[in-house]
Amino acid sequence: MRFLLRRLAFYLFTAWAAITINFFLPRMLKGDPVTAYLQKNQGKVSPEAIDSLRTLFGLDSDASLWQQYVDYWGQLLRGDLGVSFSNGLAPVSEVIASAIPWTVGLVGLATIISFLLGTTLGSIVGWRRGSRADYVVPFATFFSTVPYFWMALVVIALFSTTLGWLPASHAYDKGSVPAWSWDFIGEVIAHGTLPALTIIVSSLGGWILGMRNMMVTVLDEDYVTVAQAKGLRQRRVLTQYASRNAVLPQLQSFALSLGFIVGGTLVMEMVFSYPGLGKLLLDATNAKDYPLMQGLFLVITLAVLVANILADVAYAVLDPRTRQMES
Amino acid sequence: MTFTSIPEASDGALPTEPKRPTMASRVSASFAMFRNGKSIAGLIIVGFFVILAVFADWIAPYDPLEKDFQALRQGPSAQHWLGTTHMGEDVFSQIVYGTRGVLIVGLVAGVLATLVAVIIGVTAGYVSGWKSESLSALTNVFLVIPGLPLIIIVASQYEDPSIVLISAVIAITGWAWGARVLRAQTMSLRHRDFVQAAKANGERLHRIIAVEMLPNLTAIIASSFVGTVTAAVLGLTTLAFIGVIPITNLNWGTILFWAQQNGAFPDYWWWYIPAGVCIALLGMALSLINFGIDEYVNPRLRSAGERARAMRKKGLSASSGVTAVRTAPTDE
Repeated sequence: MRFLLRRLAFYLFTAWAAITINFFLPRMLKGDPVTAYLQKNQGKVSPEAIDSLRTLFGLDSDASLWQQYVDYWGQLLRGDLGVSFSNGLAPVSEVIASAIPWTVGLVGLATIISFLLGTTLGSIVGWRRGSRADYVVPFATFFSTVPYFWMALVVIALFSTTLGWLPASHAYDKGSVPAWSWDFIGEVIAHGTLPALTIIVSSLGGWILGMRNMMVTVLDEDYVTVAQAKGLRQRRVLTQYASRNAVLPQLQSFALSLGFIVGGTLVMEMVFSYPGLGKLLLDATNAKDYPLMQGLFLVITLAVLVANILADVAYAVLDPRTRQMES
Repeated sequence: MTFTSIPEASDGALPTEPKRPTMASRVSASFAMFRNGKSIAGLIIVGFFVILAVFADWIAPYDPLEKDFQALRQGPSAQHWLGTTHMGEDVFSQIVYGTRGVLIVGLVAGVLATLVAVIIGVTAGYVSGWKSESLSALTNVFLVIPGLPLIIIVASQYEDPSIVLISAVIAITGWAWGARVLRAQTMSLRHRDFVQAAKANGERLHRIIAVEMLPNLTAIIASSFVGTVTAAVLGLTTLAFIGVIPITNLNWGTILFWAQQNGAFPDYWWWYIPAGVCIALLGMALSLINFGIDEYVNPRLRSAGERARAMRKKGLSASSGVTAVRTAPTDE
């Protein structure tokens, strides 16, 4: 309980910090692209939208900073993130909401597959330390440092353009309309395979290495020796004694590297023209669509926070000590 | 909750013989963490790239932007080792000159981030109570906030972001991991006898930190420096690839940016494969250095493979420690 409260306090604090950074970012940067945009498009933007943009970007120079901050929070709580310049002045929240399912589905699924696969492989490689399995280590090292976007380009060149097995871009065929039909789901899977493969190949190495190193350390612990001395079956020692303890730091580094993974996959989405948050962010950057950029940063940070909370819950399930800390 | 994988302190670095350590032995002791196969291999690769960057003027056969309209999009040949671009520029020369941009940003960002990490991490580890907790909370916030989107947003607000600005932004988003590890290690050092003894002797705080603690933190500082350099190299090339950094700053990411903009994929492989391989090679070299440091700090990692191999030679199975000893006599 105490553990959960502590974590909760931390997440609230981080969310507050992210929102505050988002508040100060446009105020610290030079130039005023929003006013310039509004002047160029006078009459097209509704007065309410102008009002909300003024609050978001700190154009109310007559209001005090504190007043601006309070207004900003009020606006966020109402879900108003301003309007997107590059999407026909649609509300930012709607533009982002249409992209979220794609990113969460693709990046979330691929990352979890990669984590599970890498952790399993890593614990086997660590278990068979000193054998031929150690040859995995240099390969894993190499692939763990390959940039996501370059891997994406190579994968497209190989599997799509040269071999023609899978489509190289977009989330579904041109012309088809999203629907819950088998045809459409099949299309989504076909289009998602290469991006998912990219994520898995680029991040697998890191998980294998991390788990392998933890396993090697844990296997020297006395409780592993005791388990073996009791004559438990090898499989049981591997899964219930060694892996179970080695996976805890692995889970923590999973939570902490989420921000990094998200950054890498954002760029990968651009290479695949995948209609998720990453492509949206880069399009917004190129179009100088500041309200959309701001909203995206906020949403991405909050998404990483939510993923962190999930990792924490998993940690608490796996490690009874965190649950017994009340005493 | 706490960071569990912190290995024990590297007391082994200090010479154990009673005679006073000379300057030379001290210097060699502080480089002990690099004296293993992995670190040396990594250092050799990094050294290779440093030589490329420093002597680019002599190594590169052409100017990176020199256009040869007689040889457009040509494959590797004797004149152009790695072929040419759509403008007839020599890809090999671009890679050689691009190494400079990558290494400079990596170094500057690494130094800045490590400085911040050491200051915040060691302070957070040494002080206690709410001061330590709030510094730790700050570190965790920066760990969770995704760095790349932040960098993209900040960099895109400037028409022509300078190298220093880019490095600084990368450093601001990259110091937190090192600070976290340093805090954990400092907290464990704070209660060791030698620090307590120094405190009892009435040594001043900055002396305790600089003389008693920092030598025991060098391995972790080095490892966090290498880690941030890796992250900075990846961050820089990514930013250059998506076109946030002006193309006047030539680096490996810029080459990939041009390649993608001008339809190099997938046919003109000599244009985009080498730059990516260079990024991965440099990243791998830096990771190797870090593995070497890890093995130095955590001897179990170093000896695990050797011991298992030694056991196998004796006909025992490595993954069944105790049972193996029991079965050994029956073999004889």
